[in-house]
Amino acid sequence: MANFSKSPVPQFTAEVYQNEYLPEGAGEVNAIVTVTSTGGGTTGSHPGASASSAAVVIMVDCSGSMDYPPTKMRNAREATAAAIDTIRDGVAFAVVAGTHKAEEVYPGNGRTAIADPATREQAKQALRKLKPSGGTAIGTWLRLADRLLSSADVAIRHGILLTDGRNEHEKPEELRAALDDCAGRFTCDCRGVGTDWEVKEVTGIASALLGTADIVADPSGLEADFRQMMETAMGKEVADVSLRLWTPKGTRIKYVKQVAPTVEELTDRRVEAGPRAGDYPTGSWGDESRDYHVCVEVPPAGVGQEMLAARVSLVLPSADGGAPQVLSQGLVRAVWTDDMAASTKINAQVAHYTGQAELAQVIQQGLEARKAGDLDTATSKLGRAVQLATESGNEDTAKLLAKVVDVVDVATGTVRLKQKVADADEMTLETRSTKTVRVKK
Amino acid sequence: MPQLTVCPSCAERLEPEDKFCGNCGTDLAAAAVASARKPWQPPAHADGSLVAPRTGEPAAGRPAPGYGPPPPRQEPDTAPGDYGLAPPELSAAATPYQAPRPEHSAPGVVPRAGATDPREVLLTEGDSPARPCVACGTGTVDPDGYCGHCGHAQPRERDHMEEELAGVAAVTDRGLRHHRNEDAFAVCTVDLPDGGPAVVAVVCDGVSSAARPDEASAAAARSASASLRTALADGTAPREAMHQALLTAAEAVNSLADDHDPDPDANAPACTCVSAITTGDLLTVGWIGDSRAYWIPDDRTGEQPARLTEDDSWAARMVEAGLMSEAEAYADVRAHAITGWLGADAVELDPHTASFQPDRPGVVIVCTDGLWNYAESAAELAAVVPADAREHPLRSARTLVGVALDGGGHDNVTVAVLPFPTPQPG
Ligand SMILES: [Zn+2]
Ligand SMILES: [Zn+2]
Repeated sequence: MANFSKSPVPQFTAEVYQNEYLPEGAGEVNAIVTVTSTGGGTTGSHPGASASSAAVVIMVDCSGSMDYPPTKMRNAREATAAAIDTIRDGVAFAVVAGTHKAEEVYPGNGRTAIADPATREQAKQALRKLKPSGGTAIGTWLRLADRLLSSADVAIRHGILLTDGRNEHEKPEELRAALDDCAGRFTCDCRGVGTDWEVKEVTGIASALLGTADIVADPSGLEADFRQMMETAMGKEVADVSLRLWTPKGTRIKYVKQVAPTVEELTDRRVEAGPRAGDYPTGSWGDESRDYHVCVEVPPAGVGQEMLAARVSLVLPSADGGAPQVLSQGLVRAVWTDDMAASTKINAQVAHYTGQAELAQVIQQGLEARKAGDLDTATSKLGRAVQLATESGNEDTAKLLAKVVDVVDVATGTVRLKQKVADADEMTLETRSTKTVRVKK
Repeated sequence: MPQLTVCPSCAERLEPEDKFCGNCGTDLAAAAVASARKPWQPPAHADGSLVAPRTGEPAAGRPAPGYGPPPPRQEPDTAPGDYGLAPPELSAAATPYQAPRPEHSAPGVVPRAGATDPREVLLTEGDSPARPCVACGTGTVDPDGYCGHCGHAQPRERDHMEEELAGVAAVTDRGLRHHRNEDAFAVCTVDLPDGGPAVVAVVCDGVSSAARPDEASAAAARSASASLRTALADGTAPREAMHQALLTAAEAVNSLADDHDPDPDANAPACTCVSAITTGDLLTVGWIGDSRAYWIPDDRTGEQPARLTEDDSWAARMVEAGLMSEAEAYADVRAHAITGWLGADAVELDPHTASFQPDRPGVVIVCTDGLWNYAESAAELAAVVPADAREHPLRSARTLVGVALDGGGHDNVTVAVLPFPTPQPG
């Protein structure tokens, strides 16, 4: 049998935090699974380990609106140049100009270039071709990025997408179809520059493609942001990692969501993976740690009984289509007890992330109500958000909330809506509503 | 320096601070050193014989087994030489308290999956490698011990364990209401330097509210037993060996806390520990926590069984300090909270040891509260210890576990039975 040399894969650990004790008759099991990967590119212990197995495409919005103000296009060009400088030698890359259609800016031969000092310089020269004109059809950008990325024989495929406006020149279904086709083929970070873009559109793209979304309200902030995003992308060591849940007969998975660093609903993204097992995509990993909240309903059993509610593992598909590689595994258990002290205790991690998920939800509901003119609902939802953000130590979100509401009393969540709110502040709050913090130590 | 509870010379009961025996004047410091070197010698009492434990009236005044209000506290009988076998605290033996009955009497005890009573499993035990799931009967068991079909946990080795050696038998069982066995025991026999046998039983009960209680009890039982084996073989006096063994066991439990624990809120692993050693005519017990040792003489008609240990529990402390009556103390919800344990979070480590010189045959019962919750006083326990316990220690240990299971099996239950005197080998 041939001996395949394995590409370096970071070490994964899965730790389960839960109160496994249930009172008699209860059947809902909650657990937080902390997945940590170490030994990836960003530690420097594997310098360039993944260089020849990664590809990245930068998609720059060149619609007519990028000309207002003219600094916006200039900032976008400079940001893209900074990102190109951050690409490691050996990484395949390309630049796409996005309007109502997608156009290759570099290298322009329907394929990607391999990063080295010369190609990086050529790419930056080519950025002069970026001229604002035309509309916005993001689905076409994504499809071109997918074609370019798939031309490279690499394991990690990533996109960086910059837009400043609404996706006006294609139907929502066309974008949806493009996302469905691209999901699982590459990951993509999205940035909205200025305040004329649609938060839900941009966060929706990032979510579907398992990347991050953020606002860069002031175009002068683009360069630092792009460099940072590319550095993170260069740190990815392994792609297509799935969270696999095995659950026993008679159980039901109520939900699965990523809860740190951001809230990301995964329940409906399940792909069946054998009897009573399903895979939830998590995208690519560098040196990082993420938390997942798993909620399983199990048939209630008698006091003194113990069962496995779920076996959680991180799996990596094998290159040759064989059995996937199990990177790490954790057990979610259920134990029935008549010890009330044990069964009524809520695990600190579960409580914390239940609060963080509610925080994201009430911010979105509050802003929605505010836009719809339902000020009572907006006030109560955003008040609850202030309370949750402060209690949990989510200071960044608390600061963003303070730009939208005047806080009267933190403890009770009493707030007044501000009369005037800058668009940038409202959009920042909405875009970052899903950002969570970890349990205070 | 080990502390003596009875005078090695005349068996007078002693206070910890005593330097000389109040009855015969023996230098206790010297006696402790001496007893560390040579086997125990029968005491030369005034009438030349070992005294019997008191008989008569205390038993008459005791309510029938069951859990009524405690009897009035008796004045300690301070007559010298009355205690050939005295518990460390006189009042404890004279007026055993009546613990409130725990909630296990609630109806609707749910048996564990597939095995209604561990005693039945015992009779039919045969290890076939691919046993189907005990819960659903169809699934096969995954390597991590859960059914691959219904997910239910399968019986584990520690759910029920037994061991019998010459001079001791022990049984531990998960019980009917707990999902795992957090009790542990260890037994061993030791050849003393003088050629005589010593028999050791250690019983530990993991503290459920702390992390990994099952590991704590296993570590404590294992290390206490190993420590005793070495010390006794080296000729260390039993009480000194016992004191050292409890410290060693505590250290073993402490070291578990160094490991990374997933739940930062959980207390460090902790457990109780009780141990008994029989050497020649001497019976030595040591303990931390609320696991207990009892003396049950063969002759139940006239002799008085006794509890040999004093719980490190909130209620016992309240009563001891004179702050509450037994009735008040044991009615309190905090009654059974232990005030002493082995583990990194222990406030102070206070190993208790005591030696006794039974003058007649019987058995020592070493057990966790999983048993004594169902037979709290020495008299109640004596009533359920089989008459032939000394001849059949293993069968008796099983019987006593059965008593706890029949009572509801609310907790893990562990029982060690040591015949006294130690049977001579051969
Ligand atoms: Zn004396
Ligand atoms: Zn099963």
